[in-house]
Amino acid sequence: MTTTLTRRRALLGTAGIAAGLATPLAAPAIAQGAPIRLGGLTTLEGPFATGGQDAFRTVQMELERINYTVGGRRIEFIRESSNAQADVALARARKLIEQDNADIILGPLSGAEGIALRDYSRTLTGRTIVNGSSGASDTTLRNPSPNFFRFSTDGTQWMAGLGRYVYETLGVREVAVTAGDYAFPYAQVFGFNIEFCRLGGRVTQYWAPLGTTDFGAQIAQINRSSAGALVIVHGGTDGLAFMTQYAQAGGQKPLIAGSIMADQTMLAARGPHRRVMVGMVSGGPIADVIDDPDWREFVERYRRRWLNEGGFPSPSIHAVNYATNLWGILKALEAVRGDLSNNQQAFQRALAAAEFKAPTGANVKLDHNRQAISDIFLNRVEERDGRAQVVAFARANAVNQTLGLPEAQFLALGAPSRDNAGCVRPS
Amino acid sequence: MRSAAFRAIGALLLVAAPFLLLVVLPQNQALFWTANVLGRAIVFGIIALSLSFLATYGGFISLAQMMVAGSAGYAVAILVDGAVPTIVGGVPYALAMPIALVVATLMGLLVGAVAVRTRDIYLLMITLAVAMGVFRFVETNIAWFNGYEGIRNVVGPQLFGTDFRNPYVFYYVSLVVAALLYGGVLYLVRTPFGLVLQGIRDNDRRVAALGYSVKLHRIAAFGVAGFIAGAGGVLATIYNIGISPGTIGLGPTVNVLIMSVIGGLGHPAGAFIGSLIFTVFDTFAANIYDRDRFNTLIGLVFLVIVLVSPDGMVGLGTRLRSLLGARRAPQP
Repeated sequence: MTTTLTRRRALLGTAGIAAGLATPLAAPAIAQGAPIRLGGLTTLEGPFATGGQDAFRTVQMELERINYTVGGRRIEFIRESSNAQADVALARARKLIEQDNADIILGPLSGAEGIALRDYSRTLTGRTIVNGSSGASDTTLRNPSPNFFRFSTDGTQWMAGLGRYVYETLGVREVAVTAGDYAFPYAQVFGFNIEFCRLGGRVTQYWAPLGTTDFGAQIAQINRSSAGALVIVHGGTDGLAFMTQYAQAGGQKPLIAGSIMADQTMLAARGPHRRVMVGMVSGGPIADVIDDPDWREFVERYRRRWLNEGGFPSPSIHAVNYATNLWGILKALEAVRGDLSNNQQAFQRALAAAEFKAPTGANVKLDHNRQAISDIFLNRVEERDGRAQVVAFARANAVNQTLGLPEAQFLALGAPSRDNAGCVRPS
Repeated sequence: MRSAAFRAIGALLLVAAPFLLLVVLPQNQALFWTANVLGRAIVFGIIALSLSFLATYGGFISLAQMMVAGSAGYAVAILVDGAVPTIVGGVPYALAMPIALVVATLMGLLVGAVAVRTRDIYLLMITLAVAMGVFRFVETNIAWFNGYEGIRNVVGPQLFGTDFRNPYVFYYVSLVVAALLYGGVLYLVRTPFGLVLQGIRDNDRRVAALGYSVKLHRIAAFGVAGFIAGAGGVLATIYNIGISPGTIGLGPTVNVLIMSVIGGLGHPAGAFIGSLIFTVFDTFAANIYDRDRFNTLIGLVFLVIVLVSPDGMVGLGTRLRSLLGARRAPQP
């Protein structure tokens, strides 16, 4: 009895001494008053410029809300822009790290950039890159980097439940898939196909490189085909071009969409595409209307801040992904009281352990590859309050990167690519 | 006499630059400038040099030079060990880099052969068409070029036990390569081949009447330019830790032309001056001007340079010198 007491006391004493020692040791680092330098990298140029601008809107809004201070330290936010090309993103990230001396990078926005920055982050010590909105699955699934964290879900996760919905609820047995020819759409198509083909559905793929402006030939083929529905996995200016031309060609098929298609970056743009987009079903990490008080509050805040300064009626998917990742950073910085010393070891541990609710009300935590496990919504585009809005009608909880398959089995399917789009027939 | 002194000072400055930067800037920024401003400027200067060589001494404005550089970059990325994804792999850098130079030279010869009967704006268009054709092919071909994502993790060889991408190693290797190519161009244009080339520029019919084959000389000139661009392409690929179609797209293709033009097409040195100005503005414009609109600033600067001096910075230098010389002349 006495021994336990002494041990306990000894432990308490040691802890006390440790705390006492730690405080003066930690204090000078903070007392120097050097701000935490947070580099923001998004696409203010190129096909995703509107999404990139919106991403910086929520980041700025959330930093203003905490008055650019976290854990007792000021945050200095440094903006950089790329154009969705991997080498440009890399050059800008280098500038942020090496010239601007950023401690943490928040970004990038698009898939191939994410893979390039993941590789770059591996060459860094004592710096951390936290994803912005890039959603290629291999960024964290294969060859992950210890310095790269992603609190947003990837393109494959975003399609969770959609293939099953199309096959079972809509009763469609054959679809045409049109998608961009790069990492992120591969991940999305993979996520859709893996469910749809497993149930016995048939898929015809149509690929187009990012930056395509003329989809005429593709649309003619699709309209002639026997597909019962059309799955569109384009975004940005490509998505707008496809939808405009599809509407003008008098397309009639029921529309299923990838996550960056059924989004305010598309719905807020004027044109004939809005007519055909009503009724479109999609999957993704956000919707305009989600029955969740946290989300309603977030949207209200966004509208108050940005509606008169060029913002969308409701934050876009990129804006919410950037905000989610920013929240992850802030959560971890708070946990370590802004301490980035010791090569950011404590900070990175705190990042890996962070659990919180995203702006959408979805629960977020990280897996062993530092990739988010979070909730995914099934959405439909509806006319509400006189404008087209994306309305969530179902929710899949805690979707992981392998869509519930054992990791080894999922990895054995191979990396998503044009030739490996996830359509594995049931054997 | 004076220009020789200028040249010696310039060369000394370039050799000492990484250490001079350390004196004026904090260490991490000096490293950034060494590799990512000066190093990058030299590498892209080499690619611009291939265009300047063609334009200055042959009168050919080729928009295919970035694509030719990219073909060398892709050759390295496809062949070397460690690249992701592995296409061929297993070839050491010591072998892959010469192969890449051969590929670029052949590609240059091919472009030259395709464009051999065109001149002026038609030459510009046909080289642009070839470049865009290759760009689209590379972008959609998965088996050899891995499509839109390209090939990553090309880290470069070990050199004397140090990483190739160490800022100092990278800078000095690029500088030596650039100096050799620059010297090579200056030597080549004084050889009979170079003189014939300048003859073609001034009057190709007369050269043909003298008994020279204009076509062969033109194609050979494109081959030489391909070799130069290839050297730049290999270095650029290692600098970017890989290569993707975006590297040889329309933007970079035009950027190389911009570098050559703002530097001045009158002299090969213009390529490097233009490339340095371009790199500095491309890197820092966002610091100087609104981050959402910094491309406007870049455009304006280039516009001003071309308006003030149609023959670029090199022309500006010559003009200033003649102005000073004219003032000094009545004095003695």
